[in-house]
Amino acid sequence: MPVEREKLVELYRTMLKIRLFEERVAEIYWEGKSPVFNIAADPIPGEMHLYIGEEAVATGVCAHLRPDDMVAGTHRSHGHYIAKGGDLKKLMAELFGKKTGLCQGKGGHMHLFDAGLHFGCGGIIGAGIPHAVGAALAFKMQGKDNVAVSFIGDGAANIGAFHESLNLAAIWKLPVVIVVEDNLYAISVPKSKSTAVKSNAERAAAYGIPGVLVDGMDVMAVYEAAGEAIARARRGEGPSLIECLCYRYRGHFEGDPQLYKPEGEEEEWRKKDPIPNFRAKLIREGILTEEEANKIQEEVAALVAEAEKFARESPWPEPEEALKHVFL
Amino acid sequence: MRKLTFAQALNEALRQEMRRDPTIYVAGEDVGKYGGIFGVTAGLLEEFGEERVRDTPITESAIIGSAVGAAAAGLRPVVEIMFIDFIGVALDQLFNQAAKMKYMFGGKAKLPIVVRTTCGAGMCAAAQHSQSLEAWFMHIPGLKVVAPSTPYDAKGLLISSIRDDNPVFFIEHKMLYGLEGDVPEEPYTIPLGVADIKREGKDVTVVATMAMVHKALEAADELAKEGIEVEVVDPRTLSPLDKETIINSVKKTHRLVVVHEAVKQAGPGAEIAAMVAEEAFDYLDAPIKRVAAPFTPVPFSPVLESAYIPSKDNIISAVREVLGK
Repeated sequence: MPVEREKLVELYRTMLKIRLFEERVAEIYWEGKSPVFNIAADPIPGEMHLYIGEEAVATGVCAHLRPDDMVAGTHRSHGHYIAKGGDLKKLMAELFGKKTGLCQGKGGHMHLFDAGLHFGCGGIIGAGIPHAVGAALAFKMQGKDNVAVSFIGDGAANIGAFHESLNLAAIWKLPVVIVVEDNLYAISVPKSKSTAVKSNAERAAAYGIPGVLVDGMDVMAVYEAAGEAIARARRGEGPSLIECLCYRYRGHFEGDPQLYKPEGEEEEWRKKDPIPNFRAKLIREGILTEEEANKIQEEVAALVAEAEKFARESPWPEPEEALKHVFL
Repeated sequence: MRKLTFAQALNEALRQEMRRDPTIYVAGEDVGKYGGIFGVTAGLLEEFGEERVRDTPITESAIIGSAVGAAAAGLRPVVEIMFIDFIGVALDQLFNQAAKMKYMFGGKAKLPIVVRTTCGAGMCAAAQHSQSLEAWFMHIPGLKVVAPSTPYDAKGLLISSIRDDNPVFFIEHKMLYGLEGDVPEEPYTIPLGVADIKREGKDVTVVATMAMVHKALEAADELAKEGIEVEVVDPRTLSPLDKETIINSVKKTHRLVVVHEAVKQAGPGAEIAAMVAEEAFDYLDAPIKRVAAPFTPVPFSPVLESAYIPSKDNIISAVREVLGK
């Protein structure tokens, strides 16, 4: 499948946006917390789950989506939101708990929502799968050709909702794509100890739907697999399951000592880092020059800085706002 | 006026709303050809077809979870969980997802979902098909909890629930399905969060829910013969609770008995009693009494089951006690 230059550059820019945004978040996160790890301290209170290393997955999948397609993310969803075309300023402000955040400081980093982009995510493992199925049901009943995508980790593939949702989506032939991000660990438990089959792609057979395993460190591999699954869903041919083998370079959460990772593992996976590898490939193939690639890097860094400035300068919500929105 | 059963009234509400609004769909176990095990969805499949009346696998988590996604994408799902006893496997989707999203998302998510379910003992269905668990759901901010007692209320409250933009947990007591009552043919709404005074009286307030409303009314009839005037208040919606009507009634009668079929410990009566103690203590002339099921699972044998379910006589005794008679 030949891919236009513009698309390739966009894939690179998106991955970089996720990476630079999160690298900055990782720095800001420790501002109030060191030397003592005080989880609730400003400027970014609460837990923090970063996506660094997995950028090719969200990017390759979301490149096929329109703003009116639905994405149900996870607790580690900054990348999904950014890849869907999300607003960095509102995202950063939500991480800060500010009034200008995506959810006016009500959700925080795990509970992001953007109605305009049909994006939502949450902190309960696997809970978003039936939501994507339900959105796909709505699209089908409304006669639209939209698609819903549920991103989950490999750990979530073991909860009941995964199996219920795949079965329901399959019998109702709904336009939904389940993307499993196998980053080797469910918090600390390796997949070999949690999952009886080697790949979740194999589980698709149990629901009579296609399942593929792809290299989640290769944005083009993800892009192609997702392209097929999403096109299939748009044509009304039903759900698919894609498992992307990838790696989170950081811990489950910021502050995780990662004692469960074997020595040298990260170094091996760093060789497969989707971003420098893709950059080198684009330069090698004459899609980008070194200067152009540097310019993209600067532009993205400026967007991240702007988002940070916006979040820092934004006001806190008024305490009374805690009582609003229990009911609409 | 025309009489319908409680089940027929609910069926009519669904049918009329589905005709009015094509974004409404019904889904659940056996809601299609079977028409729901208590007949509430009877005939809907024939009229609206398989797109809008969906039999699901036995898959409670996906039933409620998919309703969340469908509602967020613009539909108005009315899903059925056959027995409230089965809700455990789907609780995450109800209290973490449906109930929380509009709050966590800063008021920007609209989730017009109705989850219909059944509660109550009286059919010798034993401990896993007879529970009254409404208190669990009253404890969850963001979820409306509706609990009708008459066919008239059932129709009007269900229509309001379907039109509400919040998730509504709609509890139908299974011993009420056959109860007949006046029900207007045209669609009508009863506002959520507004109690109904089912009988006026000046001596004692009895707040009763669902099937217990009828036992409270029977008790009131009997007590009236000896000149005791019982005011029976039916909250109709348990969350948000109509505190004002209850408190005003207590201010008038100075005595309160709360009656429900859920077990007494941490039941809905605990909330109502505490609320009155907090806000109207000075008006009370006697300690508050609660009439409720004992703190046991629901027993099977009819003898045991009827001992378990609060009776008219239990209510009469409680009223006499608060009156010091």
